[in-house]
Amino acid sequence: MNSHRTSRFLKGTWLALVLAFLYIPIIVMIALSFNASVSRAEWTGFTLGWYAKLFQSRQIMEALKVTLEVAVVATAVSVVIGTLGAIGMHAMNAGMANVLNTLSYLPMTTPDIVTGVSLMLMFVFTRVPLGKWTMIMAHVTFDTPYVLFSVMPKLRQMNPNLYEAALDLGCHPAKALTKVILPEINPGIVSGALLAFTMSLDDFVISYFTSNTDQNLAMIVYSAARRGVEPTMYALSTLMFIVIMVLLLAVNRRSGLENMG
Amino acid sequence: MKRSWYASPYALWMVLFTAVPLLFVCYYAFTDASGAFTVGNFTKIAQPMYLLVLWDSVRLAFLCTVLCLLIGYPTAYFLSGRDLNHAQSLVVLILVPMWMNFLLRTYAMMTLFEDNGVINSLLEAVGLPRLHMIGTEGAVLTGMVYNFLPFMVLPIYTVLKKMDYSIIEAAEDLGCSPLRVVTRVVLPMSVPGVVSGVTMVFMPAVTTFAISRLLSSGMIYLVGDMIEDYFISMNNRNVGSSISLVMLVLIILSIGLLRKVDPDNSGGGLW
Repeated sequence: MNSHRTSRFLKGTWLALVLAFLYIPIIVMIALSFNASVSRAEWTGFTLGWYAKLFQSRQIMEALKVTLEVAVVATAVSVVIGTLGAIGMHAMNAGMANVLNTLSYLPMTTPDIVTGVSLMLMFVFTRVPLGKWTMIMAHVTFDTPYVLFSVMPKLRQMNPNLYEAALDLGCHPAKALTKVILPEINPGIVSGALLAFTMSLDDFVISYFTSNTDQNLAMIVYSAARRGVEPTMYALSTLMFIVIMVLLLAVNRRSGLENMG
Repeated sequence: MKRSWYASPYALWMVLFTAVPLLFVCYYAFTDASGAFTVGNFTKIAQPMYLLVLWDSVRLAFLCTVLCLLIGYPTAYFLSGRDLNHAQSLVVLILVPMWMNFLLRTYAMMTLFEDNGVINSLLEAVGLPRLHMIGTEGAVLTGMVYNFLPFMVLPIYTVLKKMDYSIIEAAEDLGCSPLRVVTRVVLPMSVPGVVSGVTMVFMPAVTTFAISRLLSSGMIYLVGDMIEDYFISMNNRNVGSSISLVMLVLIILSIGLLRKVDPDNSGGGLW
């Protein structure tokens, strides 16, 4: 019994150390975003001043607008394409579905930097100016597989006879889609959309290579970080961290609850 | 209209925005600035200076992968155990950073490592000499492990969690020592997860650019940094493409090699 307790203690210590390694830098950063002093070396009092400065910065507010616009548009487009894609693939013969499946894994197995660079080359070659719209197209490309892979399992769980029954009873195929299939797979669509939105908000590498004129928040963090550490960036990073954390926990809770049901 | 046609916008989009752009990388890699065919970009990057950068990237990515495996395997093993309280919340806590922007995490690391950063002020407070960390290989390596560790834990955890626990109990009942249970039963069964994890760590590690730039202020120069420079500041897309292409081929080859270890690709994926 004693050795059992020792082993539990050792396991707990190991996991605590790993958690400390993962979270101490983030916690320090969040703490410093409230530090009145510019210096990282001393705590001179609590302030919300860096946050106030953040909201007064035109550059950051502009980047926030770009980030949200890109995330909203890219999510909307990828939800439509991805959901229809999943429905189509589900009805396909195995050979075709396999080809499409491989294609869906391509952006996941290509390193981000190569994906970004390859899209940049295509836009440059076709003389599409690198800005918000090229960023949106790039985001749709990496967002859509997440929607597809969230919707697919819901389609597999669905009773295949429901759709056929609706058609037999004289339902128009388009109506059968909206009245029978969509309500069944809706939880998958919402999870996919949340995931796509998070990925979009979070992206740096692909945005960096596919947009010139418009910068998202992650691009601002990168150029500021290259100049050195600045407390307003701690405030910005803290806010981004919290938003992404909340979105992820929402995704996790949804899929967790679904797995139980 | 047949239902399979619903997938056509998706198929079209994926071909146009993933497969076609890769062809452009090949096109630019084999042409010069005027668009004429050349292999000059490749002879240029075959010079020792470029190969050294490539070697450094592969070496650091390899070290990073080994460290992630050494830290990540026990972590995944303990998390999958049955005697842990709040295991589910712990799993979420360890995996959440994986989905967080790596720039924010690297930025947080910078705060700790800087010459007048948090670690140095702590050292000074207890009367120890300051350390110069930014710009060292150790700082870049720590930043890489910090960023990629969850990618190692997740697939190994997934495989271990699915493992039939009665096999371990059977081994114990038949008199197998705890150490031998791990080496003879758990390890062999978790190979698919390890293969997945190694792929998921090595690939982003070998192509990273921002981590090395921020944590070494340019002192440690990796392939990713080189690609960034050729595309962004030097505007030489042809040489940049040839480096990207070599990189991509290297990664495809190493994934192919890893697949040989785990032919049915049964490791836990991202989702």
